[in-house]
Amino acid sequence: MNAAWLPLTALATSLLVTVVIFALPEEARKARTIINLLAAVAKIVLVILMVRRVAAGHEDVFSFQVVGGIDFVLRADALGVMFAGLSSLLWLCTTIYAIGYLEGSANRKRFFGFFSLCVASTLGIALSDNLFTFLIFYEMLTLSTYPLVVHSGTDKALNAGRVYLRYTLTAGVVLLLGTVLLYSLTGEHSFSSEEGLGDYLNDHRGLLTLIFALLVGGLAVKAAMVPLHGWLPRAMVAPAPVSALLHAVAVVKAGAFGILRVIYDLYGIELSVELGVTTVLAVAASITIIYGSLRAIAQTELKPRLAFSTISQVSYVILGVSLFGPFGTIGALAHLLHQGLMKVTLFFCAGNYAEELGIHRIDEMDGAGKRMPLTSIAFTVGALGMIGLPPVAGFITKWYLGIGAIQAEMYWVVVVLVASSTLNAMYFLPILHRLWFRLGPAHGKGQWPKEQRLGRLETHGWLLWPMVFTALASLGAGLLAGMPFSPLDWATRVAIGEYLP
Amino acid sequence: MIWRFGLFDSTFEPLVTTHWALVIALCLPLILGLLAALLPPKKAWPVALAGVPVLASGVVLLVAVAQVQLLQWQWEILGVSIALRLNALSVLLLLMTQWIGFAAALYTPGQLRLTATGPLGRWLWPLMGVLISALSLIWLATDLLTLYIALELMGLAAVGMLLLSGKAAALLAGTRYLLLALVGSLAYLLGVALILGHWGRLDLQGLAEVVELGPVAWIAAALIGAGLALKAALFPLHGWLSPVHGNAWTPVSALHAALVIKASLFMLLQLWSILLPDTFYAPRLIAWLGMLAIVWGGLLAWRTDSLKTLVASSTVAQLGYLMVVFPLLLGPDIELLARSLAWEGFWLQLMGHAFAKAAMFMAAGNLILATGESTLKGLAGSSRRLPLSLLVFGIASITLMGLPPSAGFTAKWLLLQAMVMSQQWWAVAALLIGTLLSAAYIFRVFRYSFDETAPRHHYQPLAPGMDLIALTLALIALVLGLLAHFPLELMHGGGV
Repeated sequence: MNAAWLPLTALATSLLVTVVIFALPEEARKARTIINLLAAVAKIVLVILMVRRVAAGHEDVFSFQVVGGIDFVLRADALGVMFAGLSSLLWLCTTIYAIGYLEGSANRKRFFGFFSLCVASTLGIALSDNLFTFLIFYEMLTLSTYPLVVHSGTDKALNAGRVYLRYTLTAGVVLLLGTVLLYSLTGEHSFSSEEGLGDYLNDHRGLLTLIFALLVGGLAVKAAMVPLHGWLPRAMVAPAPVSALLHAVAVVKAGAFGILRVIYDLYGIELSVELGVTTVLAVAASITIIYGSLRAIAQTELKPRLAFSTISQVSYVILGVSLFGPFGTIGALAHLLHQGLMKVTLFFCAGNYAEELGIHRIDEMDGAGKRMPLTSIAFTVGALGMIGLPPVAGFITKWYLGIGAIQAEMYWVVVVLVASSTLNAMYFLPILHRLWFRLGPAHGKGQWPKEQRLGRLETHGWLLWPMVFTALASLGAGLLAGMPFSPLDWATRVAIGEYLP
Repeated sequence: MIWRFGLFDSTFEPLVTTHWALVIALCLPLILGLLAALLPPKKAWPVALAGVPVLASGVVLLVAVAQVQLLQWQWEILGVSIALRLNALSVLLLLMTQWIGFAAALYTPGQLRLTATGPLGRWLWPLMGVLISALSLIWLATDLLTLYIALELMGLAAVGMLLLSGKAAALLAGTRYLLLALVGSLAYLLGVALILGHWGRLDLQGLAEVVELGPVAWIAAALIGAGLALKAALFPLHGWLSPVHGNAWTPVSALHAALVIKASLFMLLQLWSILLPDTFYAPRLIAWLGMLAIVWGGLLAWRTDSLKTLVASSTVAQLGYLMVVFPLLLGPDIELLARSLAWEGFWLQLMGHAFAKAAMFMAAGNLILATGESTLKGLAGSSRRLPLSLLVFGIASITLMGLPPSAGFTAKWLLLQAMVMSQQWWAVAALLIGTLLSAAYIFRVFRYSFDETAPRHHYQPLAPGMDLIALTLALIALVLGLLAHFPLELMHGGGV
């Protein structure tokens, strides 16, 4: 039985919210908040339904014909609902956070409208069943994030927006070319079809490699792989919830997810290995991991440090993909979720420090653990997870990636992992030291840059609870990794599907 | 190629209802226009009411064509036989004309009320009526003489509408446009005379049978091509376009950019496919000019400071997309599938652009009307005060940039597929570069409008519905991309 309404409704919830928000007047704060939260909850329910359907072995498909030979297809498969789950869960968290964060500021209607559109695009990306549909939502994501990046309307934000568009629109054109070339060669190719493009290998080896380069090159811009990462640190001028969304789930993940789709569901992992592209990708990912970490160490402000850390962390996903073997895949897929949870926590914390105490620079953080204990504990959890210490989720990923590298006999990858963990520790541990062990304004030494008392607790409740939730989730994903429906469990299910058809 | 234009004998006699629908579609806009000159409507609702029969006639014709593929009518008047035909393509173009014309007419009362237009304002109505009737006739006509009359009527009505705003700059631009349009008509007429003298007939279908490639066909095609290219503002004959739009009223600009120049292009393609069905060089010349048009139009739009010039220059670039397709439509040895894809992409792009450009001119007009500034810098801070107008501008520009899910995107996809299939890499490059250039000039507008540091100034409130009309047009262009299957399927039925 095919429940075509399920993927469609899940997509429609965020799209409809966008329309409703644009239709409401700017002043209708309460109505907007209620609708936004209701839709976010409804979407989580729908995604849970989809997860249950997939677990029971159904894949719901919605499709219609666009032009001859080209269809718009949404399909809820295991990999898709995984990303959809991340996107819908973090939509709720970031929406709650954003409502608190933007309290009293201007242009909230525009913000929340495009925010929902952005999330709708990620859901579309997750559920797309062919490259054409994927491309539609991928470009929609580009357009809907632009107003969020330039939200503050300052010169700096507008320039960041321009750089962002230069990178992403050019990438979109490259991706379009690759897609059209692929369609001309093979016709429409569903992500769910069992056979890869192996049939074309003998006659079109060069063309297949070229198309792969175009597709992955176009996707790598959003995934912020070096040297195509230039837009990401600049996009840090956006408000904290946007940064959280961009880094944890929307833009960079869309790129990484696209590469996953191309390798696993379009080309097939055997063909990718046969073409030799995975090795190239592994090297590029390793370079990105090390480079991102090195640049992160050099940053003196908190958000740019987190941004470079993202550049580095997202490439773990790519690295895992390019290791042939189930463990690399499991590591990559689990990291897609784990990194999302941990990074969103870190950005929430950074936003809280900035809102409550006016902290932007790392050297202003001395002793903040006493003033804002929950935020600092959450930050600690996220940072330790990024370094890869047990029991936080990040440990699981690195463990599986390591095993995957050894099984694929790519020992240099293990070296990269160790080096990167060391570098992660080098840029996160000093922050933790400042938070907990240095004396600062909370101990009567100096003053916070710009202190506001936003709530009865350490900060505004709307800012606090989403962060606490995601921190707990990052911890839980590590501690309860063996439970059914944990990220690791689901990643294993997907990986088994890829390797044992 | 000719059959694609519906120039063959139909097997079905058209029903009586379609006769009435045809008469309404052709004459009612004219009559309503004259009526409105006598009793100018102050509100939008009488216009909406009056437009209903016209739209209904379009729907009746659409249903009829969907059933039998081709309708042909023939009358003897004073010993001259006049024939009209309606196939899937022309009915789609007719519908496009009616809807955009309807939207422009709905928009007009608000425009006339908010800008002190003086006593000349009421004459906009009959001219608009003439324009829409003449356009409808162009899609239907089957002989060179009817085409000429309709073209001339359309051109004169367009010039008249442009002159109405009465400003000195408008008079200058309008007069120049009039002169050029007359030169264009003259070139066209010379070509027609040559054809009449040599082959002794003017009906397109008969002509297609007797025409053979030779100096006469070449010269006639060149004359007709030059005349129509001038009227369609094809690069490098586009110089008159920006000044004309710079001073025109918004609904006039919308009609002109969306429909008037498209009519000349439609005629150009139709006549060349009769006169030069198998030449190699002529379509390639157009394509090369088209590539230049994409780059040049994009650069013009990118460098300009005036919002209307930006929108008008983008038309030059967008026409370039259509010109680049010519070698896939005309000429020898084109793969059947590639030609069919290119054909679909061509018309989808044309229709998508028509709706999007009309919406964009209206959005730009609203922005200019509300802020009182016609420069890009004057838009600073408008995202806070005029979000809807800006949103319409944004949705329309998605189609112009060819980003999904718009009609522009689906059309570009079809064209790219056809070009890849026939290995026209230059054309592929032109299309992709065009995308980036259009994004560059579109986002300049947004860059200014998102500026929050700008001083606040007074905004003129708009009439209700002015934004909504534009929004509807923009959404049609957007949704047409995903629903492209329906119009294209209709066109598919047209023959082998």
